[in-house]
Amino acid sequence: MNGFLKYGVLVLFMATVFNCSDNKTDDGDYVSQPTPAPLNIPQIFSENILDPVIPIDNPQTIEGIALGKKLFFDPLLSGNQTQSCADCHSPQNAFTDNTRFSEGIDGIFGNRNSMPLFNLAWNYDEKFFWDGRVFSLEHQALEPVTNPIEMHNTWEVVVDRLTQHPEYPNMFSNAFGNGPITREKVTKAIAQFERTLISANSKFDRYLLGEAQLTPQELNGFNVFMDEERGDCFHCHGNPNNPLWTDNIFHNNGLDATFSDLGLGEVTGDPADNGKFKSPSLRNLAYSAPYMHDGRFNTLEEVINHYSEGLQNSPTIDPLMKKVDEGGVNLSDQDKADLKAFLLALSDPSFINNPDFQN
Amino acid sequence: MKKILTIIAVSFAFLACSEDNDDNIIPAPSQVNVSFNFTHNWDNTLINSSNLTTEIVTNEHGEEMSMARIRYLVSRLELTHSNGQTYLFDGYKFTDLSDETTYNFTPENNTIPTGTYTLKFIWGFNETDNVDGAYADLNSASWNWPAMLGGGYHFLQFDGMYNVNTTAPAPFNYHNGTARVSTGVFEQNYAIIDLSTEIVISNNAVIEVKMNIAEFFKNPNTWDLNVLDTPLMPNYTAQKMMQENVSTVFSVGTVTQ
Repeated sequence: MNGFLKYGVLVLFMATVFNCSDNKTDDGDYVSQPTPAPLNIPQIFSENILDPVIPIDNPQTIEGIALGKKLFFDPLLSGNQTQSCADCHSPQNAFTDNTRFSEGIDGIFGNRNSMPLFNLAWNYDEKFFWDGRVFSLEHQALEPVTNPIEMHNTWEVVVDRLTQHPEYPNMFSNAFGNGPITREKVTKAIAQFERTLISANSKFDRYLLGEAQLTPQELNGFNVFMDEERGDCFHCHGNPNNPLWTDNIFHNNGLDATFSDLGLGEVTGDPADNGKFKSPSLRNLAYSAPYMHDGRFNTLEEVINHYSEGLQNSPTIDPLMKKVDEGGVNLSDQDKADLKAFLLALSDPSFINNPDFQN
Repeated sequence: MKKILTIIAVSFAFLACSEDNDDNIIPAPSQVNVSFNFTHNWDNTLINSSNLTTEIVTNEHGEEMSMARIRYLVSRLELTHSNGQTYLFDGYKFTDLSDETTYNFTPENNTIPTGTYTLKFIWGFNETDNVDGAYADLNSASWNWPAMLGGGYHFLQFDGMYNVNTTAPAPFNYHNGTARVSTGVFEQNYAIIDLSTEIVISNNAVIEVKMNIAEFFKNPNTWDLNVLDTPLMPNYTAQKMMQENVSTVFSVGTVTQ
């Protein structure tokens, strides 16, 4: 046992030595460490839901976030250097855009609506895109750069441009230490910036914190939302104790009787998943029209009418879509108007105007 | 460096050997650790994440039905020794049938003496525990029960379709939680599941708890989904019928030790 203790001490000592050498490059130069910048978790989240997901190999740092922000707004990432992430994910639109489909650098349109970006670190399952095909924010950011109908570039070109750039090499060193710029470092930085896009200051948030009053119409709209006999929205879209206003889970919400886009089913290969798409958050609807995975609805009235009277039956429709044989829950005109008023109270002007998120 | 690695490797080899020897020498322990494994069936057909959404079953009333989603909550698991001593385990267990990692439950403090026990637990949360918004993990799973219905948490969310063998399948949402008597008046609706099966614990053990899903539609109330499908959460009578029917849903299965 004494012998083992001795070896244990030896191992510990070696680990300490190796650890100390972390700050030193091969040339013996010391490099500065990036400055930790933990997410500022809003009270309404810290009091109610689990902590955000931060990968252990990509902690938030001041330098990483600054680099990610610069990359997010830089058209350098696209093939012909005309399009940045922000072109389809604009701050003023809660980081989506205002068109049904988005135009890539070659003038080609996709078939999905650009997703708004906020509170992404609270997507606990870390399945991203409407169909959940990518795990983790770091991996998500790899895809649009090379997608031929989006930024239509190669990572080799991106890395080469960044390496030749007058500012980026230094920024990468500051964020991730010395060594070559890689696609992994690029998406790590973008993910760090995206995790800072936190929205938790809507009128309803302030109501929950006792800092604002709702109108009678907004209050009734909230009751419609929470009432299983009327809206029954809360099973998929959260509640005051889950202020993300989404479950980040995949549902067939009765948009179509047959599917031209299989959604989750395309990813899993399971026909039982056909027509399922991720529930989007109901925050910031005032800025994120059009709605649904294919942007088919231009207004909230159309969305509410869909759930009220427009449901289409199909083999994979979620059983939470009640009264599908009657087209839906058949809300009164007053309840529809009130529900819309409540939904708009989930929008957060301070989010779209946050100077930290502007180019 | 090579030398150090060799030393470490040799040390591990010795340690590994000595553990085996210990196993042979140590007598049966008087204190053991227990955990629980919840399994699910429809009468005798095992239901898990692989067949939850594909299995077509027939309920007691005769409707063919499919299952889309089953999540449920139990709490205050407690083993009672034959000498009368009780061991209440901390925590609660939230199970999602689509996620088999949620089937197991290992309480933080799970040490008990060997002996013969019976198991009981709470279906859902009792009045003390069913505090609106109190549990971050359950909030994050959108497991909340609306304040207008008494607040707190769901005990069960069971969604599916019935009459799936007809041209008009219809959805059901068999959700259980606090019962609303009238506006602003609520009645606790949890159930105490007290299983009389003797569980003999002689070593570290995994106790299987079986849920027979079919029982939700069977005893004592034969459930007619054509009448009670959705919405059921605000329906006092339906809520009390669910509370009655859950009493025969669980049983003790195999004890692995």
